[in-house]
Amino acid sequence: MKKRKLGLVLSFALAAGTILGACGSSEENEKGSSSEGNKEESFTVAMVTDVGGVDDKSFNQSAWEGIKAFGEDNGLEEGKGGYTYLQSQSDADYATNLNNLTRQKFNLVFGVGAMMHDAIAEIAEQQKDSQFSIIDSEVEADNVASIMFKEQESGFLAGVVAANATKGDTVGFIGGMELPVIERFEAGFIAGVRAVNPDIKVESNYSGAFDKAELGQSIASKMYASGIDVIFHAAGGTGNGLFKEARDLKGKDPERELWAIGVDADQSAEGVVGDHNIILTSAMKRVDVAVQDIATKAKDGNFPGGETTVYGLNEDGVTLAPINEEFAGKAEVETQVNEWIEKIKSGEVTPPQSVEEAKAFTAE
Amino acid sequence: MEMSNRMQNILIPIIAVLLGIIVGTILMIVTGYDAIAGFIALWNGAFGDVYFFGETVRQIIPYILAGLAVAFAFKTGLFNIGVEGQLIVGWLAAVWVGVAFELPKIIHLPLAVLAAALAGAIWAFIPGFLKAQYRVHEVIVTIMLNYTALHITNYIIRTKLSEGSDSSDPIAETASLRSPLLESLTDYSRMHWGIVIAIIAVIIMWFILEKTTRGFELKAVGLNQHASNYAGMNVKKNIILSMVISGVFAGLAGAMEGLGTFGYAAVKSGFTGVGFDGIAVALLGANSPIGIVLAAILFGSLKVGALNMPLEAGVPNELVDIIIALIVFFVASSYMIRLLIRKINKKGVK
Repeated sequence: MKKRKLGLVLSFALAAGTILGACGSSEENEKGSSSEGNKEESFTVAMVTDVGGVDDKSFNQSAWEGIKAFGEDNGLEEGKGGYTYLQSQSDADYATNLNNLTRQKFNLVFGVGAMMHDAIAEIAEQQKDSQFSIIDSEVEADNVASIMFKEQESGFLAGVVAANATKGDTVGFIGGMELPVIERFEAGFIAGVRAVNPDIKVESNYSGAFDKAELGQSIASKMYASGIDVIFHAAGGTGNGLFKEARDLKGKDPERELWAIGVDADQSAEGVVGDHNIILTSAMKRVDVAVQDIATKAKDGNFPGGETTVYGLNEDGVTLAPINEEFAGKAEVETQVNEWIEKIKSGEVTPPQSVEEAKAFTAE
Repeated sequence: MEMSNRMQNILIPIIAVLLGIIVGTILMIVTGYDAIAGFIALWNGAFGDVYFFGETVRQIIPYILAGLAVAFAFKTGLFNIGVEGQLIVGWLAAVWVGVAFELPKIIHLPLAVLAAALAGAIWAFIPGFLKAQYRVHEVIVTIMLNYTALHITNYIIRTKLSEGSDSSDPIAETASLRSPLLESLTDYSRMHWGIVIAIIAVIIMWFILEKTTRGFELKAVGLNQHASNYAGMNVKKNIILSMVISGVFAGLAGAMEGLGTFGYAAVKSGFTGVGFDGIAVALLGANSPIGIVLAAILFGSLKVGALNMPLEAGVPNELVDIIIALIVFFVASSYMIRLLIRKINKKGVK
């Protein structure tokens, strides 16, 4: 008798458990967060932005586009159980956001930006069953795939174009914070300029921030006023100030020849002023390509944990955006750029990673 | 019948918070978000499980100290906008001691905390001295010193605490406020023993202001400098002292970040925001120690809980910043609320 009662209680408990469990999952489905059926198999990805936010028109946005593309290719829906992103408003938020996504059982979580290095290293240690990936930094842990880029290669190509486009003897570079990533852009840029004409100088100025458009604008304003006619930026949102200044100057005097070179994504949409466009080209860093690549590998069970994957010209990880149609020497410069691309791909030329080396760079 | 002042001081913040939440709710509905789901996500993100609870406490700790810093100066009639800068130098000093020395924990940890307090005190001494001696307005000096602190610490981190990198080495285990016990209790949150320091600081502030002659003098200077002077108090000395003690609290808030939350110091592209939020905390807490604790709990929960809103409810977390701003706005416009209370009161009496 007693036994039977126990059995009854047990089966009640089981039934309740099942019903409640079903409730839970149906609720989730109602939110449109996971598609039925493939819930078990679907491989979910998410990312945490740095303080720049997901609409920074460069780095974070590019990563998010990669995640979106991966999600759409694999029939995932945005939200829990599919693909999503969380924004950080301060450095303290990185760990909370990464942890939150891990706890929501996302299979692969990307930390976008070198500033997340310590947070990822710590959480990867604690959550050994989760997979992480960090962009622009190297974390040594078996469950972290590090993604690095050869920024110097696309910077180099931007330098080649800049040296051809300038009418003076100096071109400008605006950096964000003084980080190794930005230095690689700068070094490549300097080397590219020198490869075309060693007499052209590069004036560099670091704004110290990635989200201060007003600073970017005041630096750009000084540079343009001093006679510099081509400025390359690797400064995230700060670079929007450069574009604004260039647009303003061009708007006042459409005859004036001045250019800005974008970074990370093809930023040509930012340069439209009247019938003109002041964006000469952009040194692209295909964070989206890398993110998609790592996510696909992880989904197929080939997660490159503990390794650093470096994306360069050969891996389609960096490239140069199409050159502006308004630029008179476009065709000629394109041929030149393509020659350099071949030389870099074949290893004949290796763009330097540090400014010090770049200043002594010779193409021969 | 007039409601007692004390009662009003308690009522105003509560009404301000309610108004903030109501307006925030209306905003969510108007912009097409599910307000209830939003608030549930906010709650879950702050107290949903032990991890989030730990993170919320972690956020509350520096808020309490930053709030105390602002309030303490305010009691002497000084507006310390420089808590942010004092916090940043405190953070750097704590980490510096944390990485540079090898000492047993019983000496190392207190030393690192004291270094932060001292750094904050020195940074706050400058505006205090300038105000006392030359009547330079402390608001202007402290705002400028915030930027000075930011860029000087960035420079030191890049050149002295690392070799051209953007972050210092992690501090030694012996200087850390984190503990495996708290981590295991809260499922690897970054909650740390700083909460004990924060609570002690609250008691110290209350004690200084309410139980010592010095505290009485500080408050008297805040109420009326001339009267205090006439009564034989040294106004200049009290102004400097008030800023220095305020800086100690701010420096301690920096130590919480450096020795607890992060365990290192990194180059910052902008302010942490904790120091400025401290102004809001002090304002909402009516500059009283216990009020500050409550306000810090509220703002800490809002900040951490907000991070969960986009994921769980699709509500952008900026919305919480709007709610916080609204709360501050309503506290600041307390005259309006006072008027409201008076009207309601009059009606009630009739």
